[in-house]
Amino acid sequence: MSQSMTINLKIWRQASGAADGGFVAYTVENVLPEMSFLEMLDLLNEQLALKGEAAVEFDSDCREGICGTCGLVIKGTAHGPHAATTTCEVRMRHFHDGETITVEPFRAKPFPILKDLVVDRTAFDRIQQKGGFITANVGSAPDGNAVPIPKTDADKAMDAASCIGCGACVAACPNASASLFVSAKISQLSYLPQGQVERGRRALAMVTQMDAEEFGDCSNHGECEAVCPKEVSIENIARMRREFIKGAFGK
Amino acid sequence: MSSSGASRLDAKIPSGPLAEKWDKHEMDNGLVAPANRRKFSVIVVGTGLAGGGAAATLGELGYNVLNFCIQDTPRRAHSVAAQGGINASKNYQYDGDSVDRLFYDTVKGGDYRSREANVYRLSQLSMDIIDQSVAQGVPFAREYGGTLANRSFGGVQVSRTFYARGQTGQQLLLGVYSALSRQVAAGTVKMFPRHEMLDLVVVDGKARGIICRDLTTGELKRYQADAVVLATGGYSPVFYLSTNAVNCNATALWRAHRRGAWFANPCYTQIHPTAVPQMGDYQSKLTLMSESLRNDGRVWVPKKAGDTRRPNDIPEAERDYYLERRYPAFGNLVPRDIAARAAKVECDAGKSAYMSSQSVYLDFNEAIGRLGRDVVADRYGNLFAMYEEILNDNPYETPMMIYPAPHYTMGGLWVDYNLQSTIEGLFVAGEANFSDHGANRLGASALMQGCADGYFVVPRVVANYLAKGGLGEASTDHDAFQEAESSVRGRYDSLLKINGSRTVRDIHWELGRTMWDAVGMARNKGGLDDAITKIGALRDEFWQNLKVPGEGDDMNKQLEMAGRLADYLELGELMARDALAREESCGGHFREEHKTEEGEAKRDDDNFMHVAAWEFKGDGQTAERHVEELSYENIQVKTRSYK
Ligand SMILES: Cc1cc2nc3c(=O)[nH]c(=O)nc-3n(C[C@H](O)[C@H](O)[C@H](O)COP(=O)(O)OP(=O)(O)OC[C@H]3O[C@@H](n4cnc5c(N)ncnc54)[C@H](O)[C@@H]3O)c2cc1C
Ligand code: FES
Repeated sequence: MSQSMTINLKIWRQASGAADGGFVAYTVENVLPEMSFLEMLDLLNEQLALKGEAAVEFDSDCREGICGTCGLVIKGTAHGPHAATTTCEVRMRHFHDGETITVEPFRAKPFPILKDLVVDRTAFDRIQQKGGFITANVGSAPDGNAVPIPKTDADKAMDAASCIGCGACVAACPNASASLFVSAKISQLSYLPQGQVERGRRALAMVTQMDAEEFGDCSNHGECEAVCPKEVSIENIARMRREFIKGAFGK
Repeated sequence: MSSSGASRLDAKIPSGPLAEKWDKHEMDNGLVAPANRRKFSVIVVGTGLAGGGAAATLGELGYNVLNFCIQDTPRRAHSVAAQGGINASKNYQYDGDSVDRLFYDTVKGGDYRSREANVYRLSQLSMDIIDQSVAQGVPFAREYGGTLANRSFGGVQVSRTFYARGQTGQQLLLGVYSALSRQVAAGTVKMFPRHEMLDLVVVDGKARGIICRDLTTGELKRYQADAVVLATGGYSPVFYLSTNAVNCNATALWRAHRRGAWFANPCYTQIHPTAVPQMGDYQSKLTLMSESLRNDGRVWVPKKAGDTRRPNDIPEAERDYYLERRYPAFGNLVPRDIAARAAKVECDAGKSAYMSSQSVYLDFNEAIGRLGRDVVADRYGNLFAMYEEILNDNPYETPMMIYPAPHYTMGGLWVDYNLQSTIEGLFVAGEANFSDHGANRLGASALMQGCADGYFVVPRVVANYLAKGGLGEASTDHDAFQEAESSVRGRYDSLLKINGSRTVRDIHWELGRTMWDAVGMARNKGGLDDAITKIGALRDEFWQNLKVPGEGDDMNKQLEMAGRLADYLELGELMARDALAREESCGGHFREEHKTEEGEAKRDDDNFMHVAAWEFKGDGQTAERHVEELSYENIQVKTRSYK
């Protein structure tokens, strides 16, 4: 159907969190433009397996851009050079025959490397546990239409809620700030009537945990928004700041 | 081969009128007093809508919950990928919906092969799910006046599907995840991400624990509890290519099956009519194009076989909108099994989209004319973008190409009304059980079942089980834990030692082809017999010629995949045997020998109005088929028609 390509890879390999890592060069032949980037890595791992060499470890699951599991820095950019896509959505047609591509994990101090391209993002879970919820036990909910929500608010909440928690924002930020991720959740719940009661408490608790996890400060670089596969807006960060101040001063 | 096994297949359906069964059951159920709940521990495997919902709710109630998943965080369970929506019988549109109608549609949609009482409960609970999700902050689509919006899904004539753009599963799952996060902070739920359950531990006939592999370090670990809930999702990747995530697996179910949980209707699989067609053998998955697209998209093929013109060059008069032609009452929104089979019929007759003989068109031209491009973009923009990225083709300009793909498994572990399997203390929820969808699931009903099981059913039935008491001690030093752990260790050591010449992917691919050809959209005796032989031979090949690089005591995804494939190689055979034994066509199970003159599925209610539940008899032995008879007292059993 289409011309196959030869791709040269420089992949970060690291046996474990404690071990030293470094780039290793590989060449993959018979790469088709229709393949996804991860299918190209699958092909590499097939070739390695047949030679008895350990596979390059990387995370993926849905392979359609929704679960947030995958995450590689491709040619220096989190999720690759193409805007608004996750790593698993990147197609090989965006690269050319003979090209050399560097592949690295998402790097940030709060995301320790577990092996090769796999990192530990559980810091995000811990932030969420501090307040990324509405306290609503099963059994206590009123009818879904009891409280009308203006469509514009529901839409804004949905825009923020589309965050997939991949961590690209952190990997792209020069300060390794998690502000886009945290602000997306805070914003979502602040737009909804159900989220009002815990609003101040939530912002305070989540931001405090973000700092405790040693994510850096946000200094408005905007790299996070540029790499976000779901195009979550940096405006959420401004909103988070306002929410935090309200929370901190008990308003 | 059939035997009744009646005693073990007692569905334990409460007596009384259908509409009162669940409430009555709730009253009859035992309770555990709040102060005593923390003394009980419950293992929940899975963090999707079913598992995560159950874990969070059990936590809210005060039980000690241990919750496991394969992903690095519970928020990524496969429920996250659901696109189109979730059904509920709210009748907010005042178009004639009701609990009874959702019940009726679901039983009919399942081709009269599901259990009335379970489906009725599901239909009742559907409303509470919407309320609960809204309370958690799930941003469902709304009308300008602020009320909840609905869309239509296949196989029904009302609008009862609630949605959050094309990301309904994601939003519902984030609701579950937030509830779960709150319980983790409260200390009631202990979360174990990157942990894969590899065996069930049964002590004195009761499920008391699991063996897990820590996927980061490779370490095997033992976990003990008073009850075990499996909510591990479906097994569509037995076909290799499917719309499921690459880590979806049958291992938890299969290991429980080998320990005594009977497997019900394994051959009932759903082939979804609208996925991006397969384009090459490099592919690792097939991407779904949501059923919601059939609200506005029209399905067609060229009237002439072998027509290679581009779709836009084919005049209106030379197109066959075959769903609208064959099923005027439901048109493009016929149920999935019917739409999928109809696409196959056209392609088999040589009528297909130009790029692949295994694809048909889904055309939005008429909708764009009627609604304008912006409205279409607002409804389906994310799906169109996904499609364009994959096929490098713009669906606003050229009709989409689509083809059926394995998507959902109605089969699963057999459970009674209490979602308890044939092993005491082992509960099964969500896609992993078999109970609610019969031989075909309607769109937007899996999320409904996951949430109903998770939030509402599991917490109540598990409480009742625990309230009965009588559970003795079962520490992780018990022989049963010892034995289970060493059997897992033995298996994984063997996988690493084979050192043959075929990769996991290579063998999985071959299994997938065999399954798709013989146990896919159309099945027949010859093909199934042949598949059983082939799968057996492939299983031998696997154990003699597999190559898994790397070590066991380390992160090793090739090894994880190998373990899952080993189980698929056993399950695949059982699916073929089940399809062979079911000498009728119903829903997604289409036996070519049993069809009407018009080519529709032909049921045999006299002989097959039952659930088939398979009992594991040991390696190298053929599983034994038992039956649970189904009876319909509240619904008139008819020939299913969507004409
Ligand atoms: C692409 C796609 C779109 C869909 N769209 C819709 C839709 O619009 N509407 C609808 O109603 N349905 C839809 N479905 C179906 C629906 O999403 C699923 O049936 C449902 O979400 C399953 O939920 P679950 O909780 O049972 O399992 P899952 O969400 O699959 O969760 C399984 C959990 O079990 C864990 N697990 C599995 N095995 C193990 C193990 N051995 N050890 C430890 N943990 C394990 C996993 O890590 C995960 O946490 C769609 C499905 C797909 C594939
Ligand atoms: S694998 Fe799910 S987003 Fe990439």
